[in-house]
Amino acid sequence: MSTMLKQKLDQVFDEPGCDKNQAKDAKERKKGCSKQLTPGAAAGGCAFDGAKIALQPIADVAHLVHGPIACEGNSWDNRHSASSGPQIYRTGFTTDINELDVVYGGEKRLFKAVREIIEKYDPPAVFVYQTCVTALIGDDIEAVCRRASEKFGKPVIPVNAPGFAGSKNLGNKLGGEALLDYVIGTREPEYTTPYDINIIGDYNLVGELWQVKPLFDALGIRILACISGDGRYNDIACSHRARAAMMVCSKAMINIARKMEERWGIPFFEGSFYGISDMSNTLRQIARLLVARGAPDDLLVRTEKLIRVEEARANERIRAYRERLAGKRVLLITGGVKSWSVVSALQESGLEVVGTSVKKSTKEDKERIKDIMGDDAHMIDDMTPREMYAMLRDARADIMLSGGRSQFVALKARMPWLDINQERHHAYAGYEGMVELVQEIDKALFNPVWAQVRCPAPWDDAASQAKLPQERLGSPQLPAMTLATGIGLH
Amino acid sequence: MALIVEPKKSCAVNPLKMSQPLGATYAFLGLDSCVPTMHGSQGCTAFGLVLMVRHFREAIPLQTTAMNEVTTILGGLENIEQAIVNIRKRNHPRIIGLCSTGLTETKGDDVDGYLQLIRARHPELDDTAIVYVSTPDYVGAFEDGFSKAVSALVKTLVEPTPHTIPNQVNVLAGWHLTAGDIDELREIFCAFGLDAIVLPDVSGSLDGHIPDDWLGTTLGGTTLESIREMGASALTIAVGEQMRSAAMELEMRAGVPYVLFDRLTGLGPNDQLLQTLSELSGRAVPDKYRRQRSQLLDAMLDGHFFFGHVKVAIAAEPDLLWSMGNFLAEMGADLTVCITTTKSPLLSRLPTNEVVIGDLEDFERAALATGCDLLLTHSHGRQAAQRLGKPLYRIGLPLFDRLGNAHTVNIGYRGTRNLVFDIGNLLLSHAAHHQPDSWPLPASSLAVLSLPPTPDAAQPAAPACGNGSCACTE
Repeated sequence: MSTMLKQKLDQVFDEPGCDKNQAKDAKERKKGCSKQLTPGAAAGGCAFDGAKIALQPIADVAHLVHGPIACEGNSWDNRHSASSGPQIYRTGFTTDINELDVVYGGEKRLFKAVREIIEKYDPPAVFVYQTCVTALIGDDIEAVCRRASEKFGKPVIPVNAPGFAGSKNLGNKLGGEALLDYVIGTREPEYTTPYDINIIGDYNLVGELWQVKPLFDALGIRILACISGDGRYNDIACSHRARAAMMVCSKAMINIARKMEERWGIPFFEGSFYGISDMSNTLRQIARLLVARGAPDDLLVRTEKLIRVEEARANERIRAYRERLAGKRVLLITGGVKSWSVVSALQESGLEVVGTSVKKSTKEDKERIKDIMGDDAHMIDDMTPREMYAMLRDARADIMLSGGRSQFVALKARMPWLDINQERHHAYAGYEGMVELVQEIDKALFNPVWAQVRCPAPWDDAASQAKLPQERLGSPQLPAMTLATGIGLH
Repeated sequence: MALIVEPKKSCAVNPLKMSQPLGATYAFLGLDSCVPTMHGSQGCTAFGLVLMVRHFREAIPLQTTAMNEVTTILGGLENIEQAIVNIRKRNHPRIIGLCSTGLTETKGDDVDGYLQLIRARHPELDDTAIVYVSTPDYVGAFEDGFSKAVSALVKTLVEPTPHTIPNQVNVLAGWHLTAGDIDELREIFCAFGLDAIVLPDVSGSLDGHIPDDWLGTTLGGTTLESIREMGASALTIAVGEQMRSAAMELEMRAGVPYVLFDRLTGLGPNDQLLQTLSELSGRAVPDKYRRQRSQLLDAMLDGHFFFGHVKVAIAAEPDLLWSMGNFLAEMGADLTVCITTTKSPLLSRLPTNEVVIGDLEDFERAALATGCDLLLTHSHGRQAAQRLGKPLYRIGLPLFDRLGNAHTVNIGYRGTRNLVFDIGNLLLSHAAHHQPDSWPLPASSLAVLSLPPTPDAAQPAAPACGNGSCACTE
């Protein structure tokens, strides 16, 4: 590992903004944040994956992966970060190194690749991602990027997060470090206002930011930069002039928020767009921070007015579902901030959360869950797919909300499932998103397929077949529904 | 005779290619009670997993040795050992399919040696078959990895047998055969009274069914016993050039002769297949297939109007390119742009001028420059299709924006007939509609009468896309 990357890791592992990290002694801290992986029983992405997730939403930049075909060829165009304009971030660029590059080094190929991109696509900047193989053979991407920046007169930014450095979460942070080292603070905005904020750690998945932005617009709050959802290189380069910042999504990008506070005095808070009360708190916090930094204090009043009317509007729409959803049990398998922010949201719609996973949650996250749920009885530390399957099959939950990877655990147990991670197709942020989430849960729970797929074939269920009234046998669907739902037709 | 071109680009843009270990993994996914495992950093497995899940919409058992920087440099013996022991303990597979990655190949782990050591240390692993294949990411492509894994399976598991079972046939199924294709093949063999052992058999594992319990392994596919029985078969039928090495290996190890079909899409190859099976079994071709052949002929007659001289751009792994390219050429289309991922002896024989070993940027640019009207590639071609405003027919893997990929049937008379209809319908729905100004007189003709040229004579017609009629969903 290059000394530079090693220093970077030490820095990232010593995070004053993170209580969990600070609670450790020096020796523990050195080991890093991620749990040791178990060979043969590991799941999840690598540091490169994490860095790419964190930065790829910057929409006008060319993202170039320096490594063999696996890193980009097997993974590109697989997330739904939305852009309101440029599409180049969705183009897959990779040096696709071959055997000769491994032997002789891939730096020359990388340099030429940057040139080709600039000549053909002319993006405002190129981000270069390091990977395991090129790190192992000692390709110095920092040096190549420096040379390329000089030569082509364009920012070429090294992102040094090779996969084997650690987990996806670490990669998020290393991606953030690249922005801090090479991008943020390198340009000045055309103008500033007392209402300028940064949003840190939102990736605008399926356009979620746009469920929230109208609220900010209505209050006259300007998102100077979103790091990194629907981001633009220039906005992020200017983001050090914001008055306040909101950090979304737990601790993944806390290093950006904290260092921007250190360097440019931008105060930040950790907030969430998920759930009605969370959304309202977020708006209040932003208004408070901006007013504290000198914005006119009528902002507070306007914020409260907007919250009142928007909460009422959302609740009214959710109330329509509360009766149908009351008492339905949810198993929530996600991580980090969503382990608590979604819980409160679900409770608002009358659902009962029978379990929430805390495998990827911090100590703070867990505290919040305790606050929201009353105790820690429903926290699940590590649940194997087999256990999840058993829980669903035994009907100890009515629906599972999780990421795409565990969807089949639910579907094969013939139980409703909803995607709430990055591969999802629905947007669940803000007041609008909550209504949408409840609507989607309702849609999933009450779909007529469940009754049909749970009903055994007539020849597999001799007992119930015997009970069937003769006249129904001609119409296979009706008895199926009868058996599955337990509602008699007579 | 096509020219093979390798562009001298340093940057691949919009990759067509996927890596060797993923191909090897896919082959292992066609085995029953198997856990494919990549020897590399956990990201290698995570990316492969997501890609397979998106394509099949199924749970994919896939594990990793979870290498980090230190273990890579010190060697992966302990990680492989722990991985195998853990997998056996947690998932109880019959087979563990292990493939290397770019990371561990760069370091140069001696995995064969490691496995011997691990076997010696852990007698409890005696009930678990372990098949290893070397698949560096920086060499070859998906198809090569698949091919190597099947060869490794044959080399590791097939034994010579003293007896021959006359009605037992091996089928080595290339990666380009879907679960539906394999079902179709098995049905054809059955009709001749032949029992087919298909290797690998994704029709058992990735055909999208609901198991009775949650297993951490594959849910069906070729069993360990039937692989060991392959040496007793009367004949091996290999489908796809990629299966030649495995077929030869099988012949060398167990003396089973082989016949290779480089494709089973199209009329001719299926005539040959049925003729071969008829000779082997001594049975006449069943009426069912005579009828299907006749239906295919009719479909070709009905469809050829719409294929004639349509300029087609195809980007696919070599065997799929060969299969689809020849089929389209036989329907009268022009193979204008052919892009592939890796070398193959078939490429130079494709009915086209040149085959580029390239990416989807090459595909898009060439399709635009030559004015192609039909695009065929995997789902990553959707961006190009949208920009070009041309219909995209999705082939290969990954197809993440389509349902039911496992059940598509493209082989046999029936599959070929479906293909004629599906692609024909796509072409029909994009047929050009003529406008009053579709045929402007050239300036030279107007000049004779001293008239000014028509204002937008030089403007090309607007693309058909954008009104939702096109297949490029976004």
